Amino acid sequence: MSDHSTYDALRHLADSWGLLAMFAVFLTLALWPFRPGARRHNHDAANLIFKDDSDGE
Amino acid sequence: MEALLTRAGVWFVLAIAAVSAVALAQDQGYAVHMAIVAMAALIGLGVTASSADVGAILRGAIHTPVDPSRYDDDPVRWGVLATVFWGIVGFLAGVFIALQLAIPALNLEPWLNFGRVRPLHTSAVIFAFGGNALIASSFYVVQRTCRARLAFPQLARFVFWGYQLFIVLAATGYLLGVTQSKEYAEPEWYVDWWLTAVWVAYLIVFVGTIVKRAEPHIYVANWFYLAFILTVAMLHIVNNLDMPVSLFGSKSYPLFAGVQGALVQWWYGHNAVGFFLTAGFLAMMYYFVPKQAERPIYSYRLSIIHFWALIFLYIWAGPHHLHYTALPDWAQTLGMVFSIMLWMPSWGGMINGLMTLNGAWDKVRTDPIIRMFVISLAFYGMSTFEGPMLSIKAVNSLSHYTDWTIGHVHSGALGWNGMITFAVIYFLVPRLWQRDRLYSLRMVNWHFWLATVGIVFYAASMWVAGITQGLMWREYGADGYLVNSFVETVSALHLMYLLRAFGGGLYLAGGVIMVINVWATIAGRRRIEAPLSDAAYDPQADRPITAVPAE
Repeated sequence: MSDHSTYDALRHLADSWGLLAMFAVFLTLALWPFRPGARRHNHDAANLIFKDDSDGE
Repeated sequence: MEALLTRAGVWFVLAIAAVSAVALAQDQGYAVHMAIVAMAALIGLGVTASSADVGAILRGAIHTPVDPSRYDDDPVRWGVLATVFWGIVGFLAGVFIALQLAIPALNLEPWLNFGRVRPLHTSAVIFAFGGNALIASSFYVVQRTCRARLAFPQLARFVFWGYQLFIVLAATGYLLGVTQSKEYAEPEWYVDWWLTAVWVAYLIVFVGTIVKRAEPHIYVANWFYLAFILTVAMLHIVNNLDMPVSLFGSKSYPLFAGVQGALVQWWYGHNAVGFFLTAGFLAMMYYFVPKQAERPIYSYRLSIIHFWALIFLYIWAGPHHLHYTALPDWAQTLGMVFSIMLWMPSWGGMINGLMTLNGAWDKVRTDPIIRMFVISLAFYGMSTFEGPMLSIKAVNSLSHYTDWTIGHVHSGALGWNGMITFAVIYFLVPRLWQRDRLYSLRMVNWHFWLATVGIVFYAASMWVAGITQGLMWREYGADGYLVNSFVETVSALHLMYLLRAFGGGLYLAGGVIMVINVWATIAGRRRIEAPLSDAAYDPQADRPITAVPAE
């Protein structure tokens, strides 16, 4: 493949399937903490920094 | 004994190699650098061979508590001290170059002219002050949130001292004229290689600690720290793919040239802002703001959206540094669009930090450390609004290459990075040295106001200067010629440059107050002072109502 056709192929991948795949991965990751049953998990995670009031000393 | 001999031998071989490199050096800068490396190796040799317990002497010198916590906090203590020290160096260099712009006679040729001190200033504040704050705070946070001691304690010490050597080599290099002239990536090839080794060690220590954690969940602050470490490694390596002219000379040539080189540089440069100065410091925000406010983060879900949105968007924003250049238009527009989209996660993160104080807003009045966190978040919000606005091509055509950019950078750096680092230092010092409180909270308050007023002077004068410059540069007369010569635009800004230096001076003064406060706290002193706030008490009103007899 010449340099230009490599560029062209990548360019078309980037604004079609590549874009779609990236967007799908992003949405999955961003919506993951909203899955059913995650509420308690999020609450625990947010509070884990207070388990150790004296910073372990 | 055998291990000791081996280690001493390694130091000795390193020292010999560095001295040989001095002898073979092709230029003066390289020779000076190798002499510094030789000195570092000899210090290492001395420490290894010395019969005295150097660790104990060092711990005594910095008043380390006799009963250290069960976490490995020595590198954190050193990192906090290094942060304070390099902060003052960086602020001082900044005030000096601000004065050079206002008073050109201060350009002391050749070592202390503006062109050489300016990268010293930017690297000192970003990599020395900010970098040490990031390394120290990440070692503190990762141990607490994982409830595990640092993995590979020796490697963690190598990270600290290796990073200081990197800083010294970079800083001396700038003054000697050793530079590859890439903004925020000025160090030459051998310093880059050294930083790569240190950074990989940092990654190993951080990931190793996460792997051996006792806590099932990885707290979100560690996600941000990890993103910062990994991305900076990637950016640093790609932007420094250089071929040295000689192994005994400082000069190298980059792999990428022309517009590709420019794009790689600003892909690096903007993500240095995005991942070093944003993701890393957001990690501090997600741990220290909830800790100081004694309330969990407002929304853990929002913090995760904040994280992924930053990761997915920031990496594309770099081309906005190359508007109206040879970079293809579509790439410029892509950079602009992603910069504007970044506004949303940035403000989401700011709201998440600020709303953590929901129900405890009185702490802003009573706790100067919380106040510093709040103003740092306010500046985070302000500069992440200003940044996307400046990335719009029409706005950029006015603002680019003017002092507006410098004002924007400093509202982010002084306001967001500086303020949150000061707050974290004030949080950490009493804990790391087991003091029940800081030497003085009132001095924190003074620091807060000096720094805030300093930033206002800085940002406001640079807005005026930048817009003046932009308008004067683009002014055409009826005959189609530019109205102003360049030197006229420079002299028009003289007052603004003086005001900027004054603002920087106030910020430096706040830093000096911090040094005194940290020093006295570590020495175990407590200033006797009135508390910052107290419930009102009126003795006149504090008595029963007595009936007044009628006349």
